[in-house]
Amino acid sequence: MPHESRPAQIKKISLFVQCLVDVYEPQTAASMVDIFTRLGLEVDCPTEQTCCGQMAYNAGHRREAAIAARHFVSLFEEAEAIVCPSGSCTAMIVHHYPQLLASDPKWAERAQRVAAKTYEFTQFLVDILGIQDVGAAYSGTATYHDSCHLARTLGIREQPRLLLNKVAGLSLVEMEDSDRCCGFGGVFSLKYPEISQAVLQDKVNSILRTGADLVVGCDLSCLINIQGMLHRQGAKVQAMHIAQLLGHRA
Amino acid sequence: MAGIEIGRYREVARESLDNQTLQRALSGMQQRIGRATAQKYKELPEGPDLRFQAREIRLQTLAGLDVHLERLAERIRGRGGQVFFAQTGEEAVAYCLEVAARHQVRSVVKGKSMVSEEIGLNQALESAGIQATETDLGEYIVQLAGEHPSHIIAPAIHKTREEVGRLFADKLGIAYTDDPAALTQAAREALREKFLTADMGVTGCNLACAETGHITTLSNEGNIRMASTLPRVHVALMGMERIVPNLQDHDILFRLLSRGAAAQNLAGYVSSVGGPAAWDQVDGPEEFHLIVLDNGRSRILADPEFRELLCCIRCGACLNVCPVYGKIGGYAYGHPYPGPIGSVLTPLLSDIGRARDLCFGEALCGACRDACPVNLDIPRMLLALRHKCVQGCANWGVAPGASKQERMLYSLWARAVSNRSLYNKLLKAARWGQKLAPRSGGWLRKLPGPLSGWTASRDLPPMAECSFIEQWKKGKFHPEDHITR
Repeated sequence: MPHESRPAQIKKISLFVQCLVDVYEPQTAASMVDIFTRLGLEVDCPTEQTCCGQMAYNAGHRREAAIAARHFVSLFEEAEAIVCPSGSCTAMIVHHYPQLLASDPKWAERAQRVAAKTYEFTQFLVDILGIQDVGAAYSGTATYHDSCHLARTLGIREQPRLLLNKVAGLSLVEMEDSDRCCGFGGVFSLKYPEISQAVLQDKVNSILRTGADLVVGCDLSCLINIQGMLHRQGAKVQAMHIAQLLGHRA
Repeated sequence: MAGIEIGRYREVARESLDNQTLQRALSGMQQRIGRATAQKYKELPEGPDLRFQAREIRLQTLAGLDVHLERLAERIRGRGGQVFFAQTGEEAVAYCLEVAARHQVRSVVKGKSMVSEEIGLNQALESAGIQATETDLGEYIVQLAGEHPSHIIAPAIHKTREEVGRLFADKLGIAYTDDPAALTQAAREALREKFLTADMGVTGCNLACAETGHITTLSNEGNIRMASTLPRVHVALMGMERIVPNLQDHDILFRLLSRGAAAQNLAGYVSSVGGPAAWDQVDGPEEFHLIVLDNGRSRILADPEFRELLCCIRCGACLNVCPVYGKIGGYAYGHPYPGPIGSVLTPLLSDIGRARDLCFGEALCGACRDACPVNLDIPRMLLALRHKCVQGCANWGVAPGASKQERMLYSLWARAVSNRSLYNKLLKAARWGQKLAPRSGGWLRKLPGPLSGWTASRDLPPMAECSFIEQWKKGKFHPEDHITR
């Protein structure tokens, strides 16, 4: 099992910037750099990185996904700790890479090693660094969306809430069924848009019922999906990645 | 394959999404039972981790399945019962018809059995001039309406009481009412007559126990007990995997089954049947037949990738939490196994290539895994099926299925993800491309081709002018100040 032993003293982290964050919301990654720098950590960011390959993996294109996996493993295997602002991509690396590369023992072992030191952003802050208060301040009311792979595959539910509770000026209200899928599901949202949309509408309704100004999550994929419908329907609620929120100061 | 129908996923899903009555029923059902089941697992004396123990029991059982089944058969035969191992649905149906013919059966009462749906038994009986009556209230409603069950445990979940009222007025000749108690009473009266006159009872089997040599059936209406004791002949159908080695294991699975199925500690009626009535027993059939059905299960058992699927005890808990089932209901999955479990089981029991929509039409959220009393990893199996759909699989007779365009797209993608400068070039092209899309409030509101589904109900934010990695590489990076959209 990955993450069995806690690394004694991590001095440097390597950022794995999820492709969506990289392309759509660079400010979220910037905020992570800011937070880690303030915590006294050195931040590295391998510039050959691209995408974890989950999209291809979920679409059944395993050969292509394995190419992405091997690229990732080669780039990150020397890292002390790999931190990623996405539960979904972290789950891909931690759970699926070792299986995906299992047919070649050498690659399987390398994948295992990388998986064992890959962490989702909030998990790394709370479980590894033992930090809940990053000194953030934001005035408003937020509701938190549990993304599927983060909550169910990685079991990360408490960590983001602990962090949000320490944000000065922020009040957290729970939505109904916060861990109900938002309907994104990667290629699912493109292949079966009507079903995806119906599932998303329920999520949007739950968010709107809380009266919060912000919906916060740890996966930009869900957030783009949710914000996409909020925007289309003219709702004022803003979807925000937790790293971006935690970067706000008084 | 007789009873299994596939291939109308999208079409039926769309119809279901437009059916407001169905939407309300599904949502109410999931909010009630889905949540209550999770609570029931927590309240187990052993805690929710009992699910993992149950899974181990099931996997262990599968490893010695032949031995357990032989033991079960031996015990039942020892009590004068008859056991038939059917390779296919057709064999199982033929056996039922043979038994019926031998006893000049004209009327059959049925307890709920998904296996009988799987093999198309009702149609076969009807064709042989034998009237088969479903006696589970939900199944009875669905049968009267000429439909199929849309949920494993709640077969008529798609029907309102008003619809049932009109159906009963039409078919049972009673005055219209939508009072559930009055409707239940009307069904009870009609069914009582059937029970008392039936020549043969057909039931399923929720769980068999090899040690004691009996099958267990659960119901909340007492109908299965009547169907298995009143007629002269009782035929029970079981999937060959639905067995545990001993009573201790039986106890664990059995408790989880009621919780998974209906958030109950125990179903209202539990019956154990191990043969025909003994000479000193007043109740019970003169003849008891157990049909153990393979119908493609051996093939699943032989494939390590899917073997765990046979751990399933058909409680339907996954249906009560699945966001997709919660929107499209049971019919889209074809027949007879709906929901997450159906999306894996149906392709494997019928034809993976023709059941592509079942393999791809799920969000992979994993709620089914958490709700499952034996912790089935349905998302993992869906991913394995998708892989077979794309790459093809000789073992399962699946032809490679991705279109030429899709293959080209993913092969280009694979080149780009392992080469950042090519990746950047493609990003640049996409940034240029997004300039062409119509916008509203700065967001993209209409995308072309395969992306159009997204913008049917959502806007898309524009890509940033420069990616994070590109900015980092340029050395422009300093937190907050220089990262721009």
